Amino acid sequence: MPLELVFLLEQVVNGLLVAAYYLLIALGLSLIFSLAGIVNLAHGAFYAIGAYSAVVIGNRFGFAASFVCAPLLVAAIGMVVERFLFRRFYRADPVLTLLLTFGLAMIAEQSLRMIFGAAPIPFSMPEWLSGVVFVGDFIYPKYRLGMLGVAAAAVLGTWLLINKTSFGKIVRAGVQNPDMVGVLGISLAPVMTVMVAIGVGLAGLAGVMLAPITGVHPAMGNEIMVAAFVVVVIGGLGSFWGVVLAAILVGVVRGITVYYVPPAAEASMYLLMFLVLLVRPRGLLGERIEKFE
Amino acid sequence: MRTDLTRRTLLKGAAGTALVAGIGAPAVLRAQTSDVIRVGHLTPLTGFLGPLGEYAVMSIKLAVDQLNEQGGIMGRKVELISEDSVNPSTASSKAQRLIERDGVALIIGEISSASGLAIAEVAGRTKTLFVNTGCNSDALRGADCNRYMFHVEGANSMYVKASGQALLRDGMIKGKKLLSLTADYAFGHDLYRVADRFVTQNGGEFIANDLVPTDATDFSAYILRIRQAQPDLVISNLAGNQITSFIKQYREYQLPFPIAGFGFDTALAWGAGAGAMQGTWPCIWYHTISTPSSQAFTKSFSERYGKPPENQAWGEFVAMNAIARAMEETKSTNSDDLIQHMEKGAKFDVLKEREGYFRDWDHQLINEMYTMTPKEKGQMSDQWDLMELSAAVPGADQELEVIAPSKEENACTFA
Repeated sequence: MPLELVFLLEQVVNGLLVAAYYLLIALGLSLIFSLAGIVNLAHGAFYAIGAYSAVVIGNRFGFAASFVCAPLLVAAIGMVVERFLFRRFYRADPVLTLLLTFGLAMIAEQSLRMIFGAAPIPFSMPEWLSGVVFVGDFIYPKYRLGMLGVAAAAVLGTWLLINKTSFGKIVRAGVQNPDMVGVLGISLAPVMTVMVAIGVGLAGLAGVMLAPITGVHPAMGNEIMVAAFVVVVIGGLGSFWGVVLAAILVGVVRGITVYYVPPAAEASMYLLMFLVLLVRPRGLLGERIEKFE
Repeated sequence: MRTDLTRRTLLKGAAGTALVAGIGAPAVLRAQTSDVIRVGHLTPLTGFLGPLGEYAVMSIKLAVDQLNEQGGIMGRKVELISEDSVNPSTASSKAQRLIERDGVALIIGEISSASGLAIAEVAGRTKTLFVNTGCNSDALRGADCNRYMFHVEGANSMYVKASGQALLRDGMIKGKKLLSLTADYAFGHDLYRVADRFVTQNGGEFIANDLVPTDATDFSAYILRIRQAQPDLVISNLAGNQITSFIKQYREYQLPFPIAGFGFDTALAWGAGAGAMQGTWPCIWYHTISTPSSQAFTKSFSERYGKPPENQAWGEFVAMNAIARAMEETKSTNSDDLIQHMEKGAKFDVLKEREGYFRDWDHQLINEMYTMTPKEKGQMSDQWDLMELSAAVPGADQELEVIAPSKEENACTFA
């Protein structure tokens, strides 16, 4: 194989690792989006809270503890937010939820700034996860392979929950027709709370996983939000596998772009979104959802 | 229609009136008092330079409070108006408002070279002094220079030459292949231009220059390109949070190629933490510099904020105190008087071994620079003591100006 092609292929495969990064963040966003109809602009804030909790917990009890506890903590915060804020807006004008979550995002970012300062705070990966693995001539940091595994497990777990459990049946019915679910005598309220907690908890998990790689700073949520939205939009509203496919696409396209035109790295995903929306206005695997029509 | 006044609406009205009065009052007061000297301060508090801006604000507050405790400037109290400059267009409109509505004597601050240029334009138009504490672009001192703008922050050339001298000494430039990662905006482009000139002059060569968007958080794809290019040295011409992310991820991939930087801020090394840093980096000031004034600043800053100041904090502190000194010496707050005084080569304590002065033809503060390399984990006295500081550059036997851009390199004419 010509060397040029090897390097290109390496970028493509690396794109899969980057996809794990996008996927962890976009999956929860998409879940809340499709079930609750809420465009959660505060999703990045939950991601940042996840990273900061990881630092606080990790410094005291080690990385493993923060890996388990930080997402749970963020999920718990998500439950409170769902119970007392989101719940009031499910049937309201979408503009109101935009304002609500935008406000939440700002409050969260400023709170982090007030508590921890604006400067990035250090957080490194545990010794046993640092280092690289060579597969042939390809190089992979162990930590990123671990992240790929975690992302895959998160996707699989969420998919099983939604598609293979009775709880999931209610969720899917709720997405299509919440009124009918109500008429059948099933309360959607606790289901919503759980799903928002899962969605937000995934953002927290992403925060924990990325804290050792990127800097931990208050605006980190904002940085990641736009990319997460692009992934959700490319994947298609309400589509589970669409998000997965879109994350992989964005990761790979970004890798190829960096290979040929480095300055266009971040722009490549917007171009991709533009092209996808031209051909498929509902996104790659977007479904028709009654309540959004 | 109900028109009766309930207790609740009455309270609401009262609260509203109080709020409006509260906002309105300072403006009225501001317009009337003449026994205060108002100082405008603009710096980015959000975005990828926000972490540095926070230090700038802490430091300028400290400097102003200290001046006021000592009886102000010429017996007049110093009043600080500090705001988030956000981006070039906001910086420009805020600068205009500070000068025209609030009547500030001068503006101090900024970090982004793009916003700095916007403020300088307002400063030039309104004939108001602007002391730049954080913009590095040579162009601001050269093609875009302005009689009303002074630079406490070092020019890119100074950073490159400081770091470059150390790299030359270690044999890492002559005959070597370098690869640069460059922040894709005004500062980065300018830094690469200056770096390329220095490297070429000294017998090295940049084999690639990868522009990195300022909002990039994942560097894996760039790191793979480095692995492919096999350079002798990787140069970071990055900025802000980019540096933290890059050095953490470069460490993650464990590539054998050494790295060095031509632009740097200590806060970003602190953010990456012990163990992540490697290579040689330039530095304009570090809190371990042992001169009495430097240690006094470090002590009062640490006591107030619970952490030591970094180089951006140094910029604000030195700028405020230099201006205060110039005002005392000229007995004036008039921008033209101050400019004349500083152009005559007035010397200032810049918290280093040798005093600094502003060069008359481009208004650059001429002073010592340093380089730094990471300390071994066991040698650190605390989490802030991450880096080992070199001796001052240039050495005691050399003119301070040798590291500054020359007239040929960076011509400036004050129109």
